[in-house]
Amino acid sequence: MSKKKKVKARVLSQKMIAPDIYDMWLETGLAGEAGAGQFIGVYPTDASRLLPRPISICEVGQNRGALRIVYRIAGAGTEEFASWQAGTEVEILGILGNGFPVAEGAGKRCLLMGGGIGIPPMVQLARELWASGTEPVVIAGYRDSRLFLKEDLEKYAKVLVATEDGSRGVKGNVLTALEQEGAKGDVIMACGPMAMLRAVKAYSQEKQIKAYLSLEERMACGVGACLGCVCKTTQKDAHSHVNNARICTEGPVFEAGEVAI
Amino acid sequence: MNTKVTIAGVEFQNPVMTASGTFGSGMEYSDFVDLGRLGAVVTKAVANIPWEGNPTPRVAETYGGMLNAIGLQNPGIDVFLERDIPFLKQYQTKIIVNVCGRTVEDYLETVERLRDADVDMLEINVSCPNVKEGAIAFGQKAESLYGITSQIKGRAKQPVIMKLSPNVTDITEMAKAAEAGGADGISLINTITGMKIDIHRRAFALANKTGGLSGPAIKPVAVRMVYQASRAVKIPVIGMGGIRTAEDAIEFLLAGASAVAVGAMNFANPYTTVEVIEGIEDYMRTYKVEDIRELIGGVKE
Repeated sequence: MSKKKKVKARVLSQKMIAPDIYDMWLETGLAGEAGAGQFIGVYPTDASRLLPRPISICEVGQNRGALRIVYRIAGAGTEEFASWQAGTEVEILGILGNGFPVAEGAGKRCLLMGGGIGIPPMVQLARELWASGTEPVVIAGYRDSRLFLKEDLEKYAKVLVATEDGSRGVKGNVLTALEQEGAKGDVIMACGPMAMLRAVKAYSQEKQIKAYLSLEERMACGVGACLGCVCKTTQKDAHSHVNNARICTEGPVFEAGEVAI
Repeated sequence: MNTKVTIAGVEFQNPVMTASGTFGSGMEYSDFVDLGRLGAVVTKAVANIPWEGNPTPRVAETYGGMLNAIGLQNPGIDVFLERDIPFLKQYQTKIIVNVCGRTVEDYLETVERLRDADVDMLEINVSCPNVKEGAIAFGQKAESLYGITSQIKGRAKQPVIMKLSPNVTDITEMAKAAEAGGADGISLINTITGMKIDIHRRAFALANKTGGLSGPAIKPVAVRMVYQASRAVKIPVIGMGGIRTAEDAIEFLLAGASAVAVGAMNFANPYTTVEVIEGIEDYMRTYKVEDIRELIGGVKE
């Protein structure tokens, strides 16, 4: 694994693609090392906000010179990010985290599940699987009819949609869509809110399907030093020697059976 | 130009260290900085047995700072001795091991285990505000601080630094108690107990409700306490609390610190330690300071 760095990056484009959801391309040399399910830390420029915001990689540019992030405004830091225009020079930390085990999906029926702001990493994941000759099924769960990234996913995957209000696709969440559409898989890879990940874990255990879950937690350093972003594990973690793994370093992607969620 | 400082007989190539808990055992930051450049790596607190730490969320950002309530999660002294010390020994930096415990016996056991370890100094954590037993319970009353200091001094092979809490009425009383107990030095400040409430969810930002505040927001409090403590005792002081730049570090030296540590800013900028070292050298050149020791306690009264 290559060294982590804090580097300057340049905003190439930015647009709002759904309410409070922004799509930004960043020109950065770090793109060459990035894979599906990994993330970067993005720094607010306001010095009163110290910590990098962990944001998943949505897509790696064709020539591997740029990264696409799709993020939701969750506070003052991400609100500042949304104000950046093309040409703005910013600072990022990366590449962080382990990413999805794309090789595990090769030749298998892959079910990708993204809920809300857990959908963006599914784009790069679908693309990498598709490039390896495996077209996955993506189940994307949204709040309402204001969908985002659906067309991007459709380039690389068969896409099923669920909305909480039933305005598009199946009414319900990603698991409702999974049951109703009768989608079958040999391996599941998922990212989304904790309630969804718990349900995916329960489903995968019931059906005895291997599942990989991308978790989220409040982070400080992003590089494994502060021990802020741990999750409970079922076995003693090899690094911590207690039942805690660092989401930023051992994760964010864990095999469902490894984590006590 | 001399940047070396000596504390309790241990010579450091420069006065810039890492604050315990913000730098692991150096491994995670070795991607970013040459650990061999640092005056010392002060490791994350280690106890006699592994500790799970607190539930999450454990961290929250605040204006110009952050709160943490990690709860001293650590892998225990066995793993630390086998894995972390050999890693750090690859570098030409000094090693200061931060020790925590729930009871005096816990501390003593860890200190005993470190007797044969090739480390330069011990820093005793009697000031973590985020655990229910131990730590700060020993650091907020002069008598108990005196008691634990003298017991640890009775067992430790390496020089002992007592890390003090700012969550006290009179820091000089605590500094004097550590000195009276035989401490070879003191370090301060640990974090200041704080709280953050998420008004949208009407919930505490941290699972532990309270946490320790660190970062640039606390620097003036830290400089004041380092000044007061260093005037109250004869033993050396290691100063920390919100150091972001070389200018900040020099303030601490002028206030009376013999060395300084970079803490929360490692999270904000992983290159901070080396930037502070280089910035101190620039300052010394600019002001024609031949020996860094001229700066220690050098503020004009």
